[in-house]
Amino acid sequence: MQYQEYTQSENNFEECTKCSICTVFCPVLQVNPLFPGPKQAGPDGERLRLKDPGFFDATLKYCLNCKRCEVACPSGVNVADIIQSARLHYDQTPPKLRDRILACTDLMGKMARPFAPLINGVASKELPRTLIETALKVDHRRIFPKYGSRSFEAWLRRRQKEQAAFPLQVAYFHGCYVNYNYPQLGKDLVKVLNALGVGVQLLDKEKCCGIAMIVNGMRKEAVKNATHNVSIIRKALEKEGVKVITTSSTCTLTLREEYPALLDVDNADVHDSILIASRYIFECLEKGATLKFRPDYHKRIAYHEPCHMERMGWGIFSERLLRMIPGVEYMPLDSNCCGIAGTYGFKKENYDNSQAIGAALFDQIRAVNPDIVACDCETCKWQIEMSTGYSVLNPISILAEALDTN
Amino acid sequence: MRYDAVIIGGGLAGLTAGISLQKAGKNTAIVSTGQNALYFFSGCFDSIREPSPEIQALFSEAGIRLHYSPGVRLMPMGTFRESALALEDVSIFPNPQFGKKVLIINFMAYHDFFSSFLAEGLEKQGMECRIRFLNLGDLAQPDLGPNQMRAVQIARKMDDVWEKVVQEVRVLLKDEDTVILPQVFGLKDATIPEKIRQGIPARVVFAGTLPPSVPGIRTQMLLKKRYEVLGGTYLMGDRVTGAHVYEDVVQSVVTKQLDRHYLEADNYILASGSFFSKGLISNPFKIYEPLFELDMDYNMDRNTWYDPSFSNHQPYLKFGVKTDANLCPSRGGVPLKNLYVIGSILGETHPELGSGAGLAIRSALKAAQLITNQT
Ligand SMILES: Cc1cc2nc3c(=O)[nH]c(=O)nc-3n(C[C@H](O)[C@H](O)[C@H](O)COP(=O)(O)OP(=O)(O)OC[C@H]3O[C@@H](n4cnc5c(N)ncnc54)[C@H](O)[C@@H]3O)c2cc1C
Ligand code: SF4
Ligand code: SF4
Repeated sequence: MQYQEYTQSENNFEECTKCSICTVFCPVLQVNPLFPGPKQAGPDGERLRLKDPGFFDATLKYCLNCKRCEVACPSGVNVADIIQSARLHYDQTPPKLRDRILACTDLMGKMARPFAPLINGVASKELPRTLIETALKVDHRRIFPKYGSRSFEAWLRRRQKEQAAFPLQVAYFHGCYVNYNYPQLGKDLVKVLNALGVGVQLLDKEKCCGIAMIVNGMRKEAVKNATHNVSIIRKALEKEGVKVITTSSTCTLTLREEYPALLDVDNADVHDSILIASRYIFECLEKGATLKFRPDYHKRIAYHEPCHMERMGWGIFSERLLRMIPGVEYMPLDSNCCGIAGTYGFKKENYDNSQAIGAALFDQIRAVNPDIVACDCETCKWQIEMSTGYSVLNPISILAEALDTN
Repeated sequence: MRYDAVIIGGGLAGLTAGISLQKAGKNTAIVSTGQNALYFFSGCFDSIREPSPEIQALFSEAGIRLHYSPGVRLMPMGTFRESALALEDVSIFPNPQFGKKVLIINFMAYHDFFSSFLAEGLEKQGMECRIRFLNLGDLAQPDLGPNQMRAVQIARKMDDVWEKVVQEVRVLLKDEDTVILPQVFGLKDATIPEKIRQGIPARVVFAGTLPPSVPGIRTQMLLKKRYEVLGGTYLMGDRVTGAHVYEDVVQSVVTKQLDRHYLEADNYILASGSFFSKGLISNPFKIYEPLFELDMDYNMDRNTWYDPSFSNHQPYLKFGVKTDANLCPSRGGVPLKNLYVIGSILGETHPELGSGAGLAIRSALKAAQLITNQT
């Protein structure tokens, strides 16, 4: 009798013991009385929705997809996947124009880049921001990320020959943020990997990982991007020993976990070769590679582990790298969601909840008063910088800054 | 990554072992799939009957004050159970007739605290009870919605407004000698329950709510913090999925998230809990330990696993991983030298170590001692 196989659903909803531990960890449930919480929106609701899709509840849109419920669940229920799948499957309302615009991070980047100085000016001025709020319901207190005037791809393409000369090679999934908003992080990665004897290649025209499309109900577009990305990653991995490296925890989680779980895009053959840079670098060092650090580098660094890094269980790699730098005084921050969750916190209706969720983290940062906050996620960076005034750097940028290149 | 010891499971047993080993100068990591049975902890350490200065010291260093006073504690439904060692905010009485007149405080629209069952139970003991409801909205704004009326959400509010509760109770109190409050105080700051006791001119008893348990979560947070302050690495939300064993020695373990990045250690501790935590698994044909497939101590005949009367002590609770006097298990009859099994995964196979929290702590201390004494 093979009963077990037949009673197990995709996201294990029937494994839920109703212990309600997840409700302790959901940041939204603490601040938003309209949200039913992970247990009710997830496994409890799924049972009803399977009987009758009419039980789908529009308040599921308040879920941040932070995955903290999954980290806490002792029964291995993929609570957030259940909620996001339900949104993709049952939600009939087409996404709003505002949500479509926010979700198309690479399209926005492509259009904005040539006009970067202009857009940056507009997006940071009071009056146009109020206009943006009225027209698009994007909160006016949000500061849009700045757009770089030259893309990272263009920068790296001009260095392809020099990079190809290194004995080891990786392909870099840089993501929209590095390409359009913050090429410096990509340059920092190249600097650190080069110091380890590793050259950096571009993938063959990567597309946005698609997370913003997934959480804004644009399944079709997300599947298209996912299929494309998996195929170019597969192609890059054909070269022996190559890995695909990322610098954003959310892109990594999306490429590895969300593609099969939410979009049914099979990535089993490439899954294990997609690594965030801090893990890759740590593993190089463990195998005997060395980095030399500046003797005059002294910084007090507080590390914020992004929710998606915590879900992947990889914060330990960033922590180890930071602690390895001789002049760093390392201070861990308590596990806490910053509240931004990508496009979520940009929406006017979520602004207050978003700030309330992050409040404990912001208070702790002010109390610790570090020189720099370290964090592997670009949207956490915006949120923390906007809310506290402290500057936030990716651990890779900190490594690059501390590196002794003489 | 290499450690002196890798601990599988971060519940009471795993954390106790981790703290003891770190204190002994060992470098350890704990891997834990989600949270654990401490989220249902009443605050009383079952099966510890004797004074235990060592345990009290260990907890006190973590900021958790315990008291030893053999007697009975009040259960959430108004019954009593024998107890001796408990968290400071959990009362133990010499006998069930602990008062004459009792004021029971509950919150409006809160369904997880059974004030009328409590009153019924206490009236059976000859006590006179009065129930009064506080309106959360009057104490703290914004008010909680119906989905948020849970012990932990209320406790987060109470961390800020407990003084107002003291005020309200002082106003409501007439000639009662005892006040009963739900266990929703001191989530963030363990000293709050004691401050509440000082503020109310009557005996204050905190009674259990439906889970998650506020004192249990506080205990878990403080133990984990202590473990990390001592330098331990707690890998939260990851799961050990396999192990490499060569002859009678565990070489490394594999986790879901670290996949090819194995965790290596001289010693391993299995603290993966009982059926609830999936440390043990049952199906219609067998009961087994899923990770190493360790030899089990149980009766193969399924008809003997359970007692048809639900409230009786269930025989399956006795089942556990078979270990020698040093808590080392075996696999296919071959003893595994550097693996120790602790906590509720042992079932009732080591009666000398007790059950519940007593078993978790005693077995953890024993394994930590054995590992520390190796040279
Ligand atoms: C509902 C309930 C209430 C209880 N109340 C009390 C009480 O009030 N007083 C008392 O004395 N005792 C109580 N107990 C008994 C309780 O079991 C013990 O007190 C003790 O907490 C058990 O601790 P443990 O560490 O052995 O197991 P657990 O607390 O179950 O912890 C095991 C941990 O291991 C993790 N795990 C399992 N498999 C893996 C894997 N492969 N990889 C990584 N991690 C894994 C689990 O997810 C879990 O987090 C209660 C038990 C239950 C179920
Ligand atoms: S933590 Fe997991 S098992 Fe518990 S209620 Fe939530 S989903 Fe269910
Ligand atoms: S993913 Fe985050 S916001 Fe969504 S239910 Fe889980 S904990 Fe709550």
